[in-house]
Amino acid sequence: METIGGLGWVETVGIWVGAFLTLAIFSFLYRDNPVYKFAESLFVGVGAGYWLAVLYQNTIRPNLIIELAAHNWWRIGPLILAVTMLLRLAPRISWISRWAIGFMIGTAAGVNIVGFAAGDLVNQIYATIIPLKTPTLAQSLNSIFIVIGVLGVLIYFFFSREHKGVLGTGARIGIWVLMVAFGASFGYTVMGRVSLLIGRIQYLLFQWLPTIPSLWQSIGG
Amino acid sequence: MRREIPLIITFVAGFVQLVDFFVPHPLVANAASELRQWSVIVIAASIVLGIGNLLRIHLFERIPRRTAGWPYSIVLLAGMFAMMITGLVWGVGEGTPFNYLFRHLKVHLDMTMFALLAFFIASAAYRAFRVRNWEATLLLLAAVIVMLGRVPLGSLLTRGLPTALQLPVVTEWIMNVPNMIGFRGIMMGAAMGVMAMGLRIILGIERAYLGGE
Amino acid sequence: MIRFFERLQSIDRRVVFLFVAICVVLPFLFPFRLPVAVGRSTRGLFDEIEGLPEGSIVMLAGDYSPDGMPELQPMTLAVYRHCFSRNLRVISVCLWPEGPPLVEAAHQQVAAEYGKEYGVDYVNLGYTTGGPNAMVEMGTSIPGLFPRDFYLTPVEELPLMRKISNFADIAFLVSISAGTPGTREWVQQVQSRFDVPMGAGVTAVSAPNFYPYMESGQLLGLLGGMAGAAEYEILIEQPGTAARGMDAQSAVHLLIILFVVLGNISYLLSRRRESEA
Repeated sequence: METIGGLGWVETVGIWVGAFLTLAIFSFLYRDNPVYKFAESLFVGVGAGYWLAVLYQNTIRPNLIIELAAHNWWRIGPLILAVTMLLRLAPRISWISRWAIGFMIGTAAGVNIVGFAAGDLVNQIYATIIPLKTPTLAQSLNSIFIVIGVLGVLIYFFFSREHKGVLGTGARIGIWVLMVAFGASFGYTVMGRVSLLIGRIQYLLFQWLPTIPSLWQSIGG
Repeated sequence: MRREIPLIITFVAGFVQLVDFFVPHPLVANAASELRQWSVIVIAASIVLGIGNLLRIHLFERIPRRTAGWPYSIVLLAGMFAMMITGLVWGVGEGTPFNYLFRHLKVHLDMTMFALLAFFIASAAYRAFRVRNWEATLLLLAAVIVMLGRVPLGSLLTRGLPTALQLPVVTEWIMNVPNMIGFRGIMMGAAMGVMAMGLRIILGIERAYLGGE
Repeated sequence: MIRFFERLQSIDRRVVFLFVAICVVLPFLFPFRLPVAVGRSTRGLFDEIEGLPEGSIVMLAGDYSPDGMPELQPMTLAVYRHCFSRNLRVISVCLWPEGPPLVEAAHQQVAAEYGKEYGVDYVNLGYTTGGPNAMVEMGTSIPGLFPRDFYLTPVEELPLMRKISNFADIAFLVSISAGTPGTREWVQQVQSRFDVPMGAGVTAVSAPNFYPYMESGQLLGLLGGMAGAAEYEILIEQPGTAARGMDAQSAVHLLIILFVVLGNISYLLSRRRESEA
């Protein structure tokens, strides 16, 4: 197969399509326009088609169809529930779809109660019950701050009584701690968004641009 | 019956998962395991239904009625069918046409859509990030310290200072202490909320998910 | 002077955009290669993987989509490199549908570098729906939930998978995650239920949420965003796209801080004028 700069032409076309779509979306920064709208619609369509194919190939086919073909009759259960789900589209009997919804919500509730209780609540309470007297002063100060701070945040969130006196002080500490936490979150959010842009620029500079000279050569320029 | 059956299904589905955690008996474990397998399949079916709905809106409503911007619906459907057909016919593994379209269409569309946010967050920081009061100032200070302290520039700028005052060290402290405290409080609150809501759902007190009637 | 700052307040946002673009592009054309310092949470993950006995099985959960790639793909690559260089075996699972091809690309690239063989040294189990339900189910049976791998090969045909039934066979779990389901659910459902030691690499946007798990010891290591990925690349002595991106990251952060300062100076000036009037 003929290659362009070490890449097959099929790959090169792909890189150009990727670069076109990248620039099409960035064109929105100047203003909304048909090229951007084209890319935006493609974004939604490609995403939906992708999900459908993967759901079928990786879940529905191996876990339902192949299992049923192998006479695992238990799997008739989810098949029935899945069919009831589809009945949502028929207005008169759409209420049957509640069976499937109830099943999904119920399972999620059961699994999540355990997860949030064991994983988050119990472990985080444990981690907050800590010795305040430690080998170093700095560590002790941090421990005291952690205990007071967590109590403050909880007071701020949970006590619906007027925040006065001890509750008031606690809630105020809670707010301050939360403000620092949200500030840190904002800093990290900026970092994340900038990283995504860096990723795009790396693509344009180091994957797309290098194809231009070799493409030029291959067409005899 | 329209209400009772779904409520019973919800109760059984949730109760089995709860019992599974507390009673390590093979009978319970097997039942819970099979039901989790079911849930995986039913969730997949429900997402397929959602995508079917998207297809219906564009194919049978937007395009035939020529609503504003209907040509873009054709683009949307073209993208959808391209992925669906290649994925269903040739599979989704490495080296398939589906994978080619994924690498050259979806990857770039997804990444660039989100990369746009870098520009908007810069513009928003410039316009809206103001020291209006003490709390806002605290938020802004933390953000600025973290932004500098998390990148190599921060350590370069404060290299001469005592260790405790160097930006990466201060950032590490902010993340490990005040930030950790804030999110621990939020986490505990959310956990209690989820547990309460979960119990209400399993016991049939919370029924909003079943819709009207 | 005051005029200048007033003008600044009504500046077109496209000017701001242009400055951002310049600050991202220039450092790639003229790199200044600032040294990357390694934080405690990054070292935590490195030390855990470094301490695993040869041949141990690591599970890598790749729960992200392309929009998380600039931050998370370098982490996946670095973790694979670290695991393969230590002769650890890796199985990957994904609870995000876009995860498997991204993980597979990393797999293939690194496996070629270290001469590792699919099915023996690593396996990609592909995607499953169900989030937390699926995670708990893996505690019962991993091959039961994933009867076929990413290539639709029955898993009993893969030698590595014959050694794995559930989390009891997993020495360490690394969750590379961009959201839900992801690191939070792995901690809640797997680390705390099945006592699997774990570490995580997450997007910067979500990283601050996970510090409580670090402090409580539920997470043994945490990489936050591209900076975390860069630190890991430095630790395994193979700087990649994340480490190379740090100059641009520094430049844009500085620019945004400058914007915030300028914005606030003009805000304070206008407030003072209002109170004088």
